[in-house]
Parts: sequence; C-alpha cells; structure tokens
Amino acid sequence: MKKLAFTTALTFAAFTLQAQAQEPRRGGTIRFTAPYGASFVSNDSHVSNQIQDEIYGYALHGMLYKWDAKNGKPVLDIAESVQVSADGKTYTYKLRDNALFHNGRKLTADDVIWSYTRIMDGSKNYPGARYVARIVGATDVQKGQVKEISGLKKIDDSTFSMTLTDKADPGYFLFQAQTAILPAKEAQAAGFFDKPIGLGPFKFVEHVPGSRMAFERWDKYYLAGKPYADKLVISPMGEAAARDVAFRNKEVDVSILGSTQYVAYKADPNLSKGILEVAEVFTRNMGMNPTFKPFSDKRVRQAINHAIDSELIIKRLVRDKAYRAASWLPLSSPAFDKDAKSYAFDPDKAKKLLVEAGYPDGFEFEWTATPNESWGVPIVEATIPMLAKVGIKVKVKPVETSALGGVVVGGDFQAYIWSNTSGPDSLTALKCFHSSTPRSSCNYTTFKNPAYDKLIDDASNEADPAKQLDLLKKANAFLQEEAPVWFFNYNKAVLAYQPWLHGLQPNSTELALQRYEELWVDTTSPAAK
Amino acid sequence: MLPYVFRRLLQAVPILLAVAALIFVLFSVIPGNFATSQMADGRSNIDAATIERMNQQFGLNDPLPLRFAKYVGGLATFDLGDSFRTRQPVTKLIGERLWPSLQLALAAMLFAIVIGVPLGFLAALKPGGWLDMFSMVFAVSGLSLPMFWLGLLLMYAFALTLNWFPSFGYGDGDPRYIVLPAIALGVSPLALLARTSRAAVLEILHADFVRTARAKGASAYRVMRWHVARNALVIVLTTLGLQFGSVLGQAVVVEKLFAWPGLGSLLVDSVTWRDIPAVQGCILTIVLFFLVVNIAVDVLCAVVDPRIKYS
Repeated sequence: MKKLAFTTALTFAAFTLQAQAQEPRRGGTIRFTAPYGASFVSNDSHVSNQIQDEIYGYALHGMLYKWDAKNGKPVLDIAESVQVSADGKTYTYKLRDNALFHNGRKLTADDVIWSYTRIMDGSKNYPGARYVARIVGATDVQKGQVKEISGLKKIDDSTFSMTLTDKADPGYFLFQAQTAILPAKEAQAAGFFDKPIGLGPFKFVEHVPGSRMAFERWDKYYLAGKPYADKLVISPMGEAAARDVAFRNKEVDVSILGSTQYVAYKADPNLSKGILEVAEVFTRNMGMNPTFKPFSDKRVRQAINHAIDSELIIKRLVRDKAYRAASWLPLSSPAFDKDAKSYAFDPDKAKKLLVEAGYPDGFEFEWTATPNESWGVPIVEATIPMLAKVGIKVKVKPVETSALGGVVVGGDFQAYIWSNTSGPDSLTALKCFHSSTPRSSCNYTTFKNPAYDKLIDDASNEADPAKQLDLLKKANAFLQEEAPVWFFNYNKAVLAYQPWLHGLQPNSTELALQRYEELWVDTTSPAAK
Repeated sequence: MLPYVFRRLLQAVPILLAVAALIFVLFSVIPGNFATSQMADGRSNIDAATIERMNQQFGLNDPLPLRFAKYVGGLATFDLGDSFRTRQPVTKLIGERLWPSLQLALAAMLFAIVIGVPLGFLAALKPGGWLDMFSMVFAVSGLSLPMFWLGLLLMYAFALTLNWFPSFGYGDGDPRYIVLPAIALGVSPLALLARTSRAAVLEILHADFVRTARAKGASAYRVMRWHVARNALVIVLTTLGLQFGSVLGQAVVVEKLFAWPGLGSLLVDSVTWRDIPAVQGCILTIVLFFLVVNIAVDVLCAVVDPRIKYS
C-alpha cells in the first residue's frame, strides 16, 4: 500500500512539474470528451446529478467553491473571502467584484440566494438539494412551508451569510455543478436555458444533443488571463472503442480509459507518454446485509475479507486499474492511514474464523451484482472458487445497473457489489456507517456500533483539524476491523491525453472533471488555431 | 386512393395505442425506476424521502391504469408529457433529434438502394456467375455482420487508417460526417435489397410474359426495362418500405457509436434512466414513421403497377 501511495504521489509530482515547465499559450480549441455514456441531460446544470453533465457545468458555471485538485481540497471560487463564526456554523462570504455573468452583469448576493432557493424547490426535486439542504431552513423551502431559506442572509450586494445545520466545511458540498450560481433575473426569462449564461470560463455557443456542446472563451472571466483556449468543444462519447479511435485519430484531446485500453495504452511507447492516473474517491466493495444471519457475525465478514485474493483479481481482471483497498477511505482521502494494511489473503484464517463463528461447513448466500466489468458479475465469478475453498457457496443474482440502487436502498439483498463514493470529505464518507444514517441515505449495510458512533460524533464536534483527522483515522481503522463490507479496491481513474494538451489536473473527485480555464493547447494541436 | 390512405392512417391509431400500452406494462414490471436509477454509478445517495417525492412528482405512485389513461389523454392532444430526466416536453426532445435521424436513415437507404438494387439485378442476369457469387456472399455477410462491429471496422479503416472521414460527430451539413454511420446502418438493408432484387428478377425472367416478349423479338434492353424491371420494382419497393421503416429503429447502435444526435441515442439514454415518457415518445415516433413509410410504399406500388387497386 505504501508503495502504491508513493507511486501515486510520484505520478502527481511528475505530472505537475511537466505541466509547469511550459508557458501557457492563448488560443486554439480544446476538444474534450464526456465519456459516461449518456447525452447531456439539458442545458440546465441544476437538473442532473450525473458526472456527464458536470463535465460541461465546469465550463459554463461558477460555484461558491471549486475543487483544488493539486492540493486535494475545496477552495473559494466566486467568493474572494469567507469568515467563519465562532461556533463554526455561520459563514459570511464576500463575492468577487469582478465576477461577471456572460451577459456582462455583475454577480450579486441575490443571484446566489436565488440559485440555492431554486435548487430547494420541492416541486422540482433538483439533485443539488441534498447539498443545499445543509443550510438552515432549506428543507422548509423544499417542503413548501416558506419561500426563503432562513439560513441565507443578504448583507449587501456582494456579501451574504450562510448558516449551516451542523458544523461542516461547506466547501465539500458546494463545489458541484448541481449547485451552479445562475443569474437570478435572467434565468427566470423564457428561453433562458436554450442559451444559458453562467459565470464560468467559457460562454455557451450551442448544444447538439447527443453529439456536442460548444463554448467560446469568456473574455471577462474573473481570473485574469484565463481561460487560455479560444474555444471548447465537449463531445459525449460513451463507447470506449469509438473514443479510442477518435483519440488515436487525433480528433479529441482526452479519453478516459477502461481496463483493456489501459493495458494497451501503457504498452504503446507513444500513447503511454500521455497517461494521467489518479486514485479517485470511490471504494469498490461487497456490502453484507446483517439481517442475513451469517453476516451479522463480524468473524464471518472478516473471513470473507481473508478468503478472497483481491490482489489477484485486481491484477488479472481489473488489469491493475485499481488500488487494493485497506478500509473504506480511499488513498486520496486526507484521513487515509498510509500505514494501514489490507486484509491478507489467508484461506486458513478464514476457515478458522468461520469455525469460531459457528459455520464449520460454511454457508450459502446470494450475491446481487450488475454486469459492470470492474465491480460486477465478472468479479463475483472470480471470487466463487476462492470462497468455495473455505466452504462458502455463492449464488449470483444479476441485476441491471440502473436497478441496483433500488435493490440496495430497499434492503432486498443478502450481499451486493458496488462502487460507492468514499470522499472527498472523509467525515461525510465515514458518517455513512453511523447508526443514525439510514440505509436509504448511504448506510447500505445498516452498520450499527456505539463505539464507532462515538468516534464519528467526536470527530464532528472537534474544532482542531489535526485532532479531527486523528479521530477519523481511528474510525476508518475501526471500520476495517468490523468489516461491514469486503474491501475490494479503490478506483484508479486513467485519462489519456494528447501531447499538445497542457494543464490537466489530477482530480481525485472525478478525473473527467477538469477546470478548463487551466487547460491550454500548444501549436502542435490540429486545433491550435 | 385518398380514402385508402385515410383509412390506413386511422388504422395506425390502435396500433400506436397498443404499442404505448405494451411499453407501459413492460416498464411497470422491470425493476428500477427513474429515482433509483440515478444512483446507478454509486456516486449519488438519494434518500428515501427524495425518492418518494420524485415518484409523486412523476405520478409513479398512481395505479397503472390511471397513469395509462392520463398518458392516452395527453396523446389525444399530441402531448407526450415531460421527460423525467430533462424536465422538458418530450415533443421538444424528439423535435431536436428527428431531423438528424431522418438524415441518417435517408443516407443509409440511399446507399442501400444505389448499390443493393443494381447489384441484385446484375447478379440475376447471370446466375452462378462471379458477380452473382460475389453479391450473395456480400448479402449474407451484410445481413449477419453486427452493426456495432461493422461501425468500428469502418472507423478503423476509413477514419484511423485512411483518414478519409471523421470518426464521429455531427457535421452540420458537412457530408463527410454522415458517410461512415450511413454505411454502417445501410449495409444490412443493402444486403437484403440485393437478395430480394435478385430473387425477383430471377423469378420474372422465367415468367411467361417475358418469354412472350422475347419471342416477339423485343430487345434485351426493352425486356429488362419494360417487363422485368417494372414488375420486380413492386417487390423491391415493398422490401424497401419495410427496411426504411425499421432503419430508424436500428439506428440506436450506430448513433451511440458515432455520437450522432438522433432519436436512437435519445432512446438508449431514456431506457437507461427509466425515463418512461421519453422512451414512449421515441418508440411511438419510430412506429409512426414505420407506418407512414409503409403507407407511402403501398401508394407507390399502385403508381408503378396499375394492376394494384385499393378499394
């Protein structure tokens, strides 16, 4: 694990140095791809919670915060400063003076308040509501009881305050494009979303649904001298093979790689020069339902973790496009313990644990899985002989990808395999195992342990960041010991990029999400002019 | 003829209703719904209250007959409802996608007609000859090749290797962009047209009236032009109609592969996200297109062959 973390850090460092070695050039077109299958949902970033839409949202919009990929934390975006109250719950923001919407109008506090209020419209169920709901009074708007969010107060045109329901860093939940700030007055006009305007580095030009979204540089963007490129074209390309052809044919500047392509690109002397790898904040895991008797025993859960040779599966099936998981928090998490060791592959120990738990002859369980190649049926099939060796029989229950969420939230499973977000906010990620978190939120295994709850509660109330981090590390270690899931791997996202594209960021929240204002193309790009 | 066309259009109404009912039933029995499908990638946690609110907002908690009745009521006023996913009227979404789909279908069929029909005719003139052998091998291959694989092959050959055409995208009138998707989509109907044309010509060549025409001293050209081609055309037109109608539905794979902004890719996305109004809208549009094309073909057949009367 240490070696992996070190290699990742080295990759980041080498990549950063390479990007800094050249002077950014103005002009040209960036030809980006949105690789997650579907077309963009609409031109309204509040409507969709899909990463696919966030990809264009980062070009068009400004949010209260943005993700600083290099330092792995949220930083202010449209606000220039923030003051935090003594109780850590009220944040007072001073908006940038030079933040202008694409029609030239200056951003005001009213725009922020209107945007958040719109997101909480209960009749619309915008997905960003789950973030804004952490502001005092936001859920009252959602329920239709009031029209204004009481926790948002306008102080003057460029200053407002925001009071949260609990102590938390709002940066972690107000940087997504679902929380984009729209121009309040203009966005209410008919036809606004046919040609939306935002605060982002690029202005909307056109959207050909299913084919492309095109933008041009916003010359009055608040970061002086940025963006560098004149134009940006984002093409939704869900088919990996088609994306591969387009990339090799130099028609696009980036491509997210799957396992098969990862191997092929790494083996190619030219293509291997343009690969960016990041440990994303997703943990692939097998969740175990404690209402299924064997799984209520910690020793059985631990036995499963010992019985599966995860490293072999990662190497052979996932083609090394993943990092072996130790516990829930991923490598890129601030609270990840670099000294943590993963469960060792030890069938004898697994057998011993099963005997201790009262299952000397093993047992049989039903494992719900989607067809996903990295965390679905193929992985389950690989574990079947391994589990059989310790006496555990597996019956695969295949479900369609879009049905898995319903199955898990409904508790209609003995075990499932999934890839779940486990960051970037360590506290929020670990709260998913707090006993007060219902299955329908994210405690899918309905994990319940008072000692764990105490660690999380203490961490939530801790004002000192270092002490809080320490508590979170302990909670993560506790979770490893309790093993509510089989800790399989952390996703390694891989982006292939053309040699003429510079400024890419190792974004661990999602590698396909890039701050386009940082990107630039040199003169060797076919779209340099 | 006009009463016939009107009658056929009226007959389309129960067919459309039956299709709409079938989609409704299918989507009510398959697992998953719009709200839970949004959690598919494991990134988003949607709590039970939100799922409940969404189900209420989209009327998914209503009994199936009531939902269907509401939908049919909407259809009567040409209202296909609003998409769950985009929150926009389905008619708007279809409007955006219909023209690119028609462009692709027309280009694919043009490719199929221009090559397939002459190939079948020429093959039939010398049965067992090299052209006949070639056309039949081509026809069998064309019908059995998976469209996805063929599309990729075309990309590798004509975009990546030869660099003649772009590998993906919608060129807004630049004809180079439509070539590869049109070929990928057109090969299957081409193969079928070649086979059908060949079979039709072979059959007619042995008909009594052709033998009579030859006995009367008609030139080979005249026999082909006036007796064989005209009679074979009715059979070819019928095949053409069936293929033209179904090409729009078959475009699903090609549109996704080539990032072509048509109905097919909208349909795939809508199915994935359980966006029932959009799925219904897309399928009904494709079915309607199929019906209209086939009515048009029947009319054309009557024009080509005056013996065909619709009473």
